[in-house]
Amino acid sequence: MDAEMYQEGRTIHQVEFIDGHSVEIPILKILKQDGSVYDNADMPEIDQALATKIYKTLAFHRVLDERMVASQRQGRLSFYMTALGEEAASVGSAAALDDKDMIMAQYREQGALMFRGFRLEQFMNQMFSNELDLGKGRQMPIHYGSQELNYMTISSPLGTQIPQAAGYAYGQKLKGNQTCTICYFGEGAASEGDFHAGLNMAAVHKAPVIFFCRNNGYAISTPSSQQYMGNGIASRGVGYGIKTIRVDGNDLLAVLKATQVARKYAIENNAPVVIEAMSYRLGAHSTSDDPSGYRTKEEEAKYAEHDPILRMKNWMLAKGWWDEEQETATFEGLREDVLAAVKVAEVIDKPNLESMFDDVYDVPTPQLKEQLAELKEHIKKYPDAYPVTAGRIK
Amino acid sequence: MAKMNLLQAINNALDIAMTENDSAVCFGEDVGHFGGVFRATSNLQEKFGKDRCFNTPLTEQGIMGFANGLAAQGSVPIAEIQFADYIFPAFDQIVNESAKFRYRSGNEFNVGNLTIRTPYGGGIAGGLYHSQSPEAYFAHTPGLKIVVPRNPYQAKGLLLAAIRDKNPVVFFEPKKLYRASTGEVPEEDYQLPLGKAEVVKSGSDITLLGWGAQMETIEKAAEMAEAKGVSCEIIDLRSILPWDVETVAASVSKTGRLLINHEAPLTGGFAGEIAATIQDKCFLHLESPIARVCGLDTPFPLAQEKEYMPDELKTFEAIMASINY
Repeated sequence: MDAEMYQEGRTIHQVEFIDGHSVEIPILKILKQDGSVYDNADMPEIDQALATKIYKTLAFHRVLDERMVASQRQGRLSFYMTALGEEAASVGSAAALDDKDMIMAQYREQGALMFRGFRLEQFMNQMFSNELDLGKGRQMPIHYGSQELNYMTISSPLGTQIPQAAGYAYGQKLKGNQTCTICYFGEGAASEGDFHAGLNMAAVHKAPVIFFCRNNGYAISTPSSQQYMGNGIASRGVGYGIKTIRVDGNDLLAVLKATQVARKYAIENNAPVVIEAMSYRLGAHSTSDDPSGYRTKEEEAKYAEHDPILRMKNWMLAKGWWDEEQETATFEGLREDVLAAVKVAEVIDKPNLESMFDDVYDVPTPQLKEQLAELKEHIKKYPDAYPVTAGRIK
Repeated sequence: MAKMNLLQAINNALDIAMTENDSAVCFGEDVGHFGGVFRATSNLQEKFGKDRCFNTPLTEQGIMGFANGLAAQGSVPIAEIQFADYIFPAFDQIVNESAKFRYRSGNEFNVGNLTIRTPYGGGIAGGLYHSQSPEAYFAHTPGLKIVVPRNPYQAKGLLLAAIRDKNPVVFFEPKKLYRASTGEVPEEDYQLPLGKAEVVKSGSDITLLGWGAQMETIEKAAEMAEAKGVSCEIIDLRSILPWDVETVAASVSKTGRLLINHEAPLTGGFAGEIAATIQDKCFLHLESPIARVCGLDTPFPLAQEKEYMPDELKTFEAIMASINY
């Protein structure tokens, strides 16, 4: 598509405004809450092995979130963010990708990382910022990243990964290796200038990137009615000249199907795609947030009935690919594993003092070397004040 | 050797970098077929194709976000911001993202291949938004390197080093000198080191320190002072971050006096950092207060540009005041 094709159109001779409703945006739904499938629904590519892997990932996600919130409340962990109610969006989309595709997340997409195979102890090491953390204990909990798994390290500033995903995908196109990038963000982050910049750059430069918006109704306390007045995020994709679809984000099969088709389109056409997954943030924004100040229990209860994991389970049971015995054993086993992993990770040493100065640059500058030397001398003088590092200075 | 102006030297460096590395990509506003509003990227699209040298939409945060992604992917992005005055929309991408990419990921990922080129500085009747020198804003950001060349030879050697350096580099080009400064430049490949100052002229009575276009001003002031019998040592800092404390401290320990000159406003300018460090390192050698001859603490004006600039007369007066202290 070229910009020129939009310059000519139907001519009118009376004033006639268009608005957000002029473009109808349907929602893709495949799976009903009871586990049955809509008539004539276009099924994704999925077999029992993939379905089981997806469901076990969803179970791991739910158990980890519940246990880590409890750990935070016990004061063992400084911070946590769940993705309660939104697990299908990240897991279902990640399941449509090739392992070589790059994932660039916001922070509520740990499900994609789980699906890629990030291990329980790796999650723990990051959350407890111990010396085995791949990120060397520098970032807050849930800021995961893994080069091995092609999962770009998360950063707190919202929306910054959106234009980066456009650039990353452009690089993939130049290399010609038939891979793409998926970029996750919430509907709140889509109000940042970087959203506009990223989508426009990707469209103009024909980058194979899937922009995946989790529209969960809230940005902390701000409902989407105070976030935008248009037809969600999907209507904007069309404005940038990007192929766009809206899906039921609690419907794992719809998310999987849309992402499978989007990936194929992005790579074959060197073009971006927008997917807006409609969902609801069932949990608090983070462990630092209490949603009772801005929404009702009734509202939460209504959306809890749309639980995406229960919906997937119902489908698995109906297919005969899962049973209640497996269900109980899986969840109980996961709870024990997570609890044991917390106990291991929380007593592993913090990173050593020297590592604080590494990776600012590829090699430390003379100024950094000087500051490290001064800091070592200071800590040696007051070891009791710096118990984490004092005994381990090299 | 060939006679080149500063733009030709930059164009030549880009040509060499793109020839040696298929992953090197040049982009920014009007950078493509047009060759840039200053023509720094002339003929690169014709030679290397539209995929490797292209125009972007008019969005500085988009250019820098895109560049960060490309660098993380393993490509070698050389992004242009049309004027340093317009780098601020990209401040978040540069300060929170480029600078911290390696550190925050524990070196799982980095954008070390990134180079940001941008024309800076006054002297061209550019008013508020075509004259600024924003290096001090970036100097407060661990993880970045900041480089400013003073002539065509420096520009080519430092730009090639910046492109090949494994850290994100902001490369400020003195646009006043784009065509005004010419000199002999080797046609072949060479590099000048980042993080190293250059002693341009040896002297014994006072150290004069600056960078970029102000080096000409400093040299003129030094000639006036030499006529009064003052021996000036002139240093081009070249790299603002990390900066070469050792070379400057050694010079000041010898001369006992230091004058720093920059175009950017005085308050919060990089001269403040240098002055604080040198008084710490050279306290017992200093014979007069460290002098800062800088832009004024006003936005950069149009009609009074000449009055605003830290010119050779202001610099000469400050040299003599230091000598006679």
